[in-house]
Amino acid sequence: MSELKLMKGNEALAEAAIRAGADAYFGYPITPQSEVIEYLMAEKPFDRTGMVVLQAESEIAAINMVYGAAGAGKKVMTSSSSPGISLKQEGISYIAGAELPCLYANVVRGGPGLGTIQPSQADYFQSTKGGGHGDYRQIVLAPASVQEMADFVRDGFDLAFKYRIPVLILSDGVIGQMMEKVDLFDPIPRLTDDEINEKYPWATTGKKSGTERRIITSLDLDSHKMEEHNHKLQAKYKEITEKEVRYELIDCDDAEYIFVAYGSSARIAQKAVKLARAKGIKAGLFRLITLFPFPSVKMFEMCGKGIKGFLAVEMSAGQMVEDVRLAVKGCSKVEHYGRYGGIVHTPEEVLEALEQKIIGG
Amino acid sequence: MTEELIIAGFGGQGVLSMGKILAYSGIMQDQEVSWMPSYGPEMRGGTANVTVIVSDERISSPILTIFDSAIILNQQSMDKFESGVRPGGTLLYDPNGITRHPERKDINIFQVEAARLAAEMGNTKIFNMVVLGAYLKIKPVVKMENVIRGLKKSLPERYHKLIPLNEDAINMGLKNVIAVQELQ
Repeated sequence: MSELKLMKGNEALAEAAIRAGADAYFGYPITPQSEVIEYLMAEKPFDRTGMVVLQAESEIAAINMVYGAAGAGKKVMTSSSSPGISLKQEGISYIAGAELPCLYANVVRGGPGLGTIQPSQADYFQSTKGGGHGDYRQIVLAPASVQEMADFVRDGFDLAFKYRIPVLILSDGVIGQMMEKVDLFDPIPRLTDDEINEKYPWATTGKKSGTERRIITSLDLDSHKMEEHNHKLQAKYKEITEKEVRYELIDCDDAEYIFVAYGSSARIAQKAVKLARAKGIKAGLFRLITLFPFPSVKMFEMCGKGIKGFLAVEMSAGQMVEDVRLAVKGCSKVEHYGRYGGIVHTPEEVLEALEQKIIGG
Repeated sequence: MTEELIIAGFGGQGVLSMGKILAYSGIMQDQEVSWMPSYGPEMRGGTANVTVIVSDERISSPILTIFDSAIILNQQSMDKFESGVRPGGTLLYDPNGITRHPERKDINIFQVEAARLAAEMGNTKIFNMVVLGAYLKIKPVVKMENVIRGLKKSLPERYHKLIPLNEDAINMGLKNVIAVQELQ
């Protein structure tokens, strides 16, 4: 039986972690995502499912606890906000290199540096182009509602284990702090140690006599082997790019102008579509759900079909817009609009930008 | 039906919880809802506001600058949000502490003396429920039975004994709305 509740995005994420059968959450509080650990500590999942919840001494400690637990085949997650996510980057690169599954959430705030506690989407580059060092990728899911904050925890764990890869839920202060109706999925039981041992032949669960040693590492001093390892990683990223793209098209069928947006900007752009249509402007919304993999193929395909321009709407000085430009390969006009540094653009501002930069420009 | 509402006042007045009860009431009658607070370093005495949307359709932007209705509970909020009410929209305010009353000619304006009424009922904490009652009299976006169900959902069990008092406060608000300016 599913349950209808009114929850903050952060609370839905936390509740979903318990329901997804997570074994552990390691975190460190930071606004605007502190409700995640607050909710977990109040809810006491250690009594409900046996899930471990621990406030680490720092973000760096938390991500390394995630690394350790992931190596043991556990379903493990962490979350933070921008400055805290920067601290975690070394650990994420190691987890990607060691091919381990984990889930983490970034409830983005304005930067750079300590920045502000207000919403932002300026961590797009960090999320999709690396963040940590090395040729690695991670799957990035961008929820645009409280419902998706919950659902993407379940989906994110599934993807993390399917590809043995870090999965990032890239949220922001709007989605984290707002409350909406959420239909919570049914609880999934945690795996037993025996089930983990059977399901994940790579997990370090304690060597039994007569079995092979299982080694978790991101280090190989033989560069030929390391190149081969990188080939394997790239093949995995290629497969993900082919199979795991997610997006939503809203009012795009007859559209001449397309807003491209994700997360809270997608919600705001959706309102701008309504305002535009009321004025007789045929606008639509291409909502990105996965930021990596990016829906380049679909975007290029739309290009030739009467589209007069794309406006990338994001709360940054222009990051996602680069991927839109790469996707459409110059076949259409692409411009950027966004407020940043903690200021959230309004639907009216977004529509005005479309009129000035695309239609009139 | 879509109602886009801003509730703005001081921290500690129950602005956020009023919005939460309204949102829960919407859920009780199967509507879509969103509740988006300002989450700066607000505290008792600082300003606090929340945007609540109740709709029959999927809600687009949870953040707005133009509203169908505004509930305004202090002077700073009057200065900030009076201009955000759409022409033909509705502004409800408590005149207590207001030094500059609303001046717009193209909106409906209502008053409720919620602070005084709550004090007369002997509990200033139910101030926000008096305001909610007044709002629901003007804009019956949710049914009263669903507000009571919403109250039960949003209050922890240990406070359920206070539900009748909250209900009285809502009724007090319903009965004491004053129309200052009603458009034809």
